[in-house]
Amino acid sequence: MSILINKDTRLLVQGITGRDGGFHASKMKAYGTRVVAGTSPGKAGEIVQDIPVFNTVRDAVSETGANTSVIFVPAPFAKDAMMEAADAGIGLIVCITEGVPTLDVVEAYRFIKSKGAKLIGPNCPGLISPGKSMVGIMPTMIFREGGTGVISRSGTLTYEVVYNLTEQGMGQSTAVGVGGDPVVGLYYRELLEMFENDPDTDSIALIGEIGGDAEERAAEYIRDHVTKPVAVFIAGQQAPPGKQMGHAGAIISSGSGTAAEKIAAFEAVGVPVAKEPGQIPSLLKGRR
Amino acid sequence: MKIHEYQAKEIFASYGLPVDKSIICRSVEDAIKAYNQLDSQKVIVKAQVHTGGRGKAGGVKLADGEVELRKHAAAILGMEIKGFTVDRILVGQAVNIEKEYYVSYVIDRNSKSTLLMLSREGGMDIEEVARTAPEKIHKFVIDPAVGVPDYLAREAAFKLFDDIGQVRQAAPIFRKLYRLFVENDASLAEINPLVLTKEGSIMAIDAKMTFDDNALFRHLKIAGLKELTEEEKKEQNARDKGFSYVHLGGDIGCMVNGAGLAMATMDMIKLYGGNPANFLDIGGSSNPTKVIEAMKLLLNDKDVKVVLINIFGGITRCDDVASGLLEAFRQISTDVPIVIRLTGTNEKEGRAMLQGSHFHVAETMGDATRMAVELTKQYQD
Repeated sequence: MSILINKDTRLLVQGITGRDGGFHASKMKAYGTRVVAGTSPGKAGEIVQDIPVFNTVRDAVSETGANTSVIFVPAPFAKDAMMEAADAGIGLIVCITEGVPTLDVVEAYRFIKSKGAKLIGPNCPGLISPGKSMVGIMPTMIFREGGTGVISRSGTLTYEVVYNLTEQGMGQSTAVGVGGDPVVGLYYRELLEMFENDPDTDSIALIGEIGGDAEERAAEYIRDHVTKPVAVFIAGQQAPPGKQMGHAGAIISSGSGTAAEKIAAFEAVGVPVAKEPGQIPSLLKGRR
Repeated sequence: MKIHEYQAKEIFASYGLPVDKSIICRSVEDAIKAYNQLDSQKVIVKAQVHTGGRGKAGGVKLADGEVELRKHAAAILGMEIKGFTVDRILVGQAVNIEKEYYVSYVIDRNSKSTLLMLSREGGMDIEEVARTAPEKIHKFVIDPAVGVPDYLAREAAFKLFDDIGQVRQAAPIFRKLYRLFVENDASLAEINPLVLTKEGSIMAIDAKMTFDDNALFRHLKIAGLKELTEEEKKEQNARDKGFSYVHLGGDIGCMVNGAGLAMATMDMIKLYGGNPANFLDIGGSSNPTKVIEAMKLLLNDKDVKVVLINIFGGITRCDDVASGLLEAFRQISTDVPIVIRLTGTNEKEGRAMLQGSHFHVAETMGDATRMAVELTKQYQD
């Protein structure tokens, strides 16, 4: 098993006629993801990479049974795309788009929740259940099937950690990039719960960074609810306060959200924190 | 994005929020002119800078009469506050304060919502109140589909005021402030303090707003208020080229693809005993033009003695990255030693292409960092 996506995932690509949408649709398909439809208003009837295009998400869902959507539309239209997917009955919405206004995400998130759907992102690389399905823009060749669940706020840093895991013979059950914005959908707490309940996940790598206090909350959750071994890396120990480090959410504000606080929170509950990303596999191996 | 108090007060006033009467001044003469217009014996003079702690730094003074105003205005104009030079002061009618309160709307990451925060402990550093007496801060999570209806504004107002007349004055303020927050894509709208005057009216005598950079495309008027420091100008320049750059002051320049990996790289440099010069995320791809631009940015920093390039080749394969780097460095001439760490898809091919060049090629992040730190030491000898 895996979490969130698997062989049964039927994927819809919103914004498939755009450059990024088309490119990544072909990559996902090549990996084996069942990409069943695309949308682009006014372009129904077109075919992109052998994938039928529809005007609306509702049409795409009723014609193809799509249950998951990945969004590549430009930032000003991302809120609408997320809401359209939720309204049409899509259960998992993955928004790759970077630069979406925060209040748009706030509004879309509430709506998605009210429809009983789940959101990942925005500003994220998506997720992969190796050997089964990839939804997003992840470099599939570094992943292997296995038992480590990966949760991360970052893109290339996740790949760095996954690369190390794979090299050490530790495959992944599912790897999720939750996104680098201050407000995004699924986060550590929900994903930790899913990995804890997934019989095929035997260990969890959590990659955090400066900004907010989600890592501190994750540490509390692990203490109370997670029995599987967890290892952590936190990026941004050298980040100066008040400066945004690439990700909109990676900022130390009013002295809180520092890497030191987050590291201390995990150490306080007995979760080992890697000094460098390459240490994650050995920290997990020792405890599986 | 930050704006000044006087700019925030103009936005407040346009939404019908009660603010104290004040005039923005750029010189002592302006201040005297403002004094005559304000028609008030006592006035408050406040430095307009993009940082907190103005009061403690001596940037806020009460002036009783024209002579005192002249003295304070002259002292505050040109003053340095946390690295910002004061070039504008706000001169406002002094208000007879009965009591001070705190009100703000902020984005809350955990509830993924806008949060209304209120406290009877106004006029103080709210983070200090949050640390020492969190029970004195009241929070309301706002449903974006509903906003702030009357009942909610009233409920919030009762947290601050016991008198129904005061509640009826405060509730519309909370509703208007929310409308202003949402309609302008703010990330913070703060009144500290909101005051009850001795005469019984409620008004904002300070105003602080920050805006969501991601939403500035639809608020061109607000975007026009952007004022950048020299440091921020460099960062903005980098952003215009598709980079994220933050200067850190060390001697190892870093060029990395991805923000998380870039942060991890600077952390590793410190861990191995070196000092990162900067944070630089060149984004997903690493085509030659981007590498050339990024190198220019790094070499502009005269403290940089070594450059560490850390690239994870994902969708862009390492052999493509390597040929891009080789092409870029045919166009750049520099004596600064360059350490390249390339990993990911087709890494062996990529690294092989770089062998025999003048680059120091590393396999792991640890090796690359160690090399870079050692090279800075050689340079010192």
